[in-house]
Order: sequence, then C-alpha cells, then structure tokens
Amino acid sequence: MRKVAIVGIGQTPVREHWENNLRDLAVTALRDAMEDAGVETVDGVCVGNMLSGALSEQEHLGSLIVDYAGLDGVEGMKIEAACGSGAAAIRMAVKAVASGLMDAVGVVGVEKLTEFSGKFSTASLATAADADYEITMGLSFVGINALMMRRYLHEFKYDKNDFAIFPVNAHHNAVQNPNAMFRYTITPAQYAKSKMIADPINLLDSSPIADGAAAVIVVAEDHINRYKGKGVSILACEVGTDTVALDNREDLLWLKGVERSVKKAYYVSGLSPKDIDFFEAHDAFSIITAMSLEASGFAEKGKAIPFAEKKGISIPGGLPLNTAGGLKGRGHPVGATGVYQVVEAVQQLRGVMPEAIQVKKNKVAMAQNIGGSGATVITTILKRID
Amino acid sequence: MDIPRYWRLKSQRYRLEGRKCLDCGTLSFPPRLVCQKCKSRHSQPFEFKGKGKLYSFTTIYQAPDRFDDLVPYAVGLIDLEEGVRITAQITDILPEQLEIGMDLEMVIRKIYEDGNKGPILYGYKFRPIMAAQN
Repeated sequence: MRKVAIVGIGQTPVREHWENNLRDLAVTALRDAMEDAGVETVDGVCVGNMLSGALSEQEHLGSLIVDYAGLDGVEGMKIEAACGSGAAAIRMAVKAVASGLMDAVGVVGVEKLTEFSGKFSTASLATAADADYEITMGLSFVGINALMMRRYLHEFKYDKNDFAIFPVNAHHNAVQNPNAMFRYTITPAQYAKSKMIADPINLLDSSPIADGAAAVIVVAEDHINRYKGKGVSILACEVGTDTVALDNREDLLWLKGVERSVKKAYYVSGLSPKDIDFFEAHDAFSIITAMSLEASGFAEKGKAIPFAEKKGISIPGGLPLNTAGGLKGRGHPVGATGVYQVVEAVQQLRGVMPEAIQVKKNKVAMAQNIGGSGATVITTILKRID
Repeated sequence: MDIPRYWRLKSQRYRLEGRKCLDCGTLSFPPRLVCQKCKSRHSQPFEFKGKGKLYSFTTIYQAPDRFDDLVPYAVGLIDLEEGVRITAQITDILPEQLEIGMDLEMVIRKIYEDGNKGPILYGYKFRPIMAAQN
C-alpha cells in the first residue's frame, strides 16, 4: 500500500446559502482545492453528500459535479453514510490512491439543508436512523441523542449544565474562523436557559443545519513535490460501524463504532491518544462529544467532563478540541462536515489558521466524523510533513 | 403511499413479533435474518409479552411534522422482560412523571395519520402499569 497525503484544500463559508445552488457550492470548494494543489485535473472525484435527493431533488451528484467542475469525462461518484458521508468520501479516495489505482483524487463534501423549512430538513435528517423502528415511533434525530444523554446523566450523576463546557468552547473558537456560521460566544448561563428541543438536549447542545462545501485533494505521498500545496500526511483514515438502531446496542453509553474506528486508526498509524495534539470531534450534540472522547481513549467511560475540565480543551489547553468551532460553531452541513474537519486540521498542521485559534503543538491531528447516532465512524489521523 | 411497508410490519406493530435463534436462543426485535450473537440463520418467530422497564426517555418538543399534534410527547427505550430493548412512545402519563426504571406495558394505539387521505397507522406504545392493577 502506498502512503497518501493531502496537497490541496478548499472550503466555502458555512451559511444559509440561499443565493448558491448545490453544484456551485461543490464546484467552488473543489476548484479551490485543485488551485491550492496546483492541478488542472484529477483521476477521480468522490462526492460526500447525504440529502441531495430529498432536499434538492438531485441525485447523480458524481457526474454532475465532475461536469460543472470542468473535469470532462473524469469518473465521479457520490458516497453516502449519513452525517459521516464527508469522511466516508475521503476514505474512498484514500483507498483508491493507497492501492495505486489512482494518483490524485478530489474529494468534495457538499450539503444544502436550508432550502426547505427546518422541520422538513429535520425529518430528512432522521433517515439516518432506523425508519421502521425508531423514526415511526416519533423520534427525531435530536430525540435519539437525547435518549443517550438522559441515561448518561442518570448513570454518571452529572448535572445537565456540566455539558456547557463543550458548546461554550466550540463557539469561542468559531468567533475566529471566518468560515464559521456562528461567530459569537455563548455563556454557561445562556446554555442553562436555552430552549429544550428533546429533553435533556437543548438548542445550545445542538449543531445547526447549514449549507456548505469543503474539498481536499488526496495524492500519493511520494508525489507531493509535484504539487504546489503544502502536503500533509494521512497516517490513517479508518471506519468502524455499529447498529443503526440505538436499542439494539449492547451498551447504550459506549460508542462501539468509535472504538472500532480509533483502534484501527491507532494501529495503522502506530500512535495512541497521547500522541494526538488536537482533536476535531463530531460535536453534533454535546453528549456525542463526551462519548466520543471516551470511546476514542482520551477519557475513561463517564469521565469526559472532568477530563475536559482538567486537561483543558481550549486552544492553549492540553487537548484543543474543535479548534475552528466544530459542528456546533462552524455549523453542520451534514455530508460536508467530515471534509470541513479534515480541511481545518490541515490548516492547523500547515500553521495557517487565524492566529487566535492556531494551536501551538501542531504535529499530529485527529478528526472524527460520525454517521447517525454512531453507526458509521471515520477517524482520520493527519501528520505535518517537515 | 407505502402501504406494503405498513402491511409488512403488522406482526411487529400489533404483536411485538421478533425472532428466536434456534441455535443459541438469542432473541431479536426487530426480527433479524442473521442472529446478532452466533450469526446463525436458523430462527423462528417469537412473540414478546410486552412488559418491561423504562431504561431511558426523552420528551420531544420539536417533532417531525406528522407528530406535531402530539407535542410534547415522550419516547423511551424499554427493557422488555425477555431481555430485549425496544423504542416506543410512552403514553397515558405526563412527561414530568416519567422515571427511569418504572414498569411499563404495551398497548395498541394510533401512531399517526398519513396525511388527510392516507391510512391511519396503529402500533405499539407503552404505558405505566397502574398500582391498582397489580
């Protein structure tokens, strides 16, 4: 297997992009990444997207984006794994390049969630869960996460307000990220008063639906000198899965998909949690941040909150978390999110983040993209090339 | 309107019918063609009694459209006596009265109406077992 690297990145701001359509968002991010890499074309394009069919009445995104990006005749396909679609598309590109089948693959994650009312988008997002046995019972996607959070509070005896540390940190970092959707801080007091969506999850636990596109160019590491963009090594990009339905899991409070994914990622990279300088976690909801820190081996089960308090998750902290705002602050354009996480990690490793959110220790990054309530998990470990 | 889908689910919705593995005895709900534990493909239908305890719950304030009229309503994870966990709405109780560990039983209720012209869907919900009944 060949080693792989990223030599180009691109991203649109995460917004309610009413003036831009799906294809233009994707093409902008992809062509920006190609310009950054200094390439005129690629061998293939992987598109990460979840809901283009339901919300834009548009499937067949692979060839559509290839065509509009001016990559006449190049192979392109859409990869779907719910909220994990973005990193799943990166995984496909890594496989293609590592195997030697292709030399350069463009990955673009794109999503447009604000075309319809929030309610309709919410109903579409719920298709990530079990349609026959979860959603027809009246659960929303927020509700599914609320079932985990309620039991977590019950079992580990936390106060709900203890979770404020995660969204407060995410918003704090998002202020400095020009591409973030929410560029304002929030306080624990605001968190405590926030409107309930599915008790115990409130509005400030929840990442916002949004539009956006992000892209990376994946190439063979041996070839990085052929490209203009500063290369970053992909040490691992590994997938773990679990049951789609929560009720079929052995342990509701342990994300086995995360554990399976990180175990593989640590194995192939030869690293362990202590080697990770900063972590782009999938903070779709505060409870997921906590459970991801635990199943990823940073904190013991039930101990993510004291870990975050003691270790420090801010930019100067022991484990900077969601350094560009995470899903909560940057926004969660579902199928693009996993690519945004990796783009932001590359910005950190290149040392080109806005100064206030540039981490000092920037050698090894971990990004984790989670589909559904933990059924598809992709953990990517990236390393600076000196 | 996906009528075949609801017709197909009738044994689960009205009778809590899952599967029992003929090789290792593991029970499953929803029914699975491959045993979650021993991976055997030999199983037979198994009807759950519909009694259990509340393992976790949430009160939904922002619902998908078809459940909008019910807001706020509770959905829970219920540990059935036979040892399988399922997801269902909790009914006949105010959300603030719910407690983890409380005893529940299955009832058949209207789940939702599929628009103005579509069929009315029925299926299982769970309600508290009243002290007077014990």
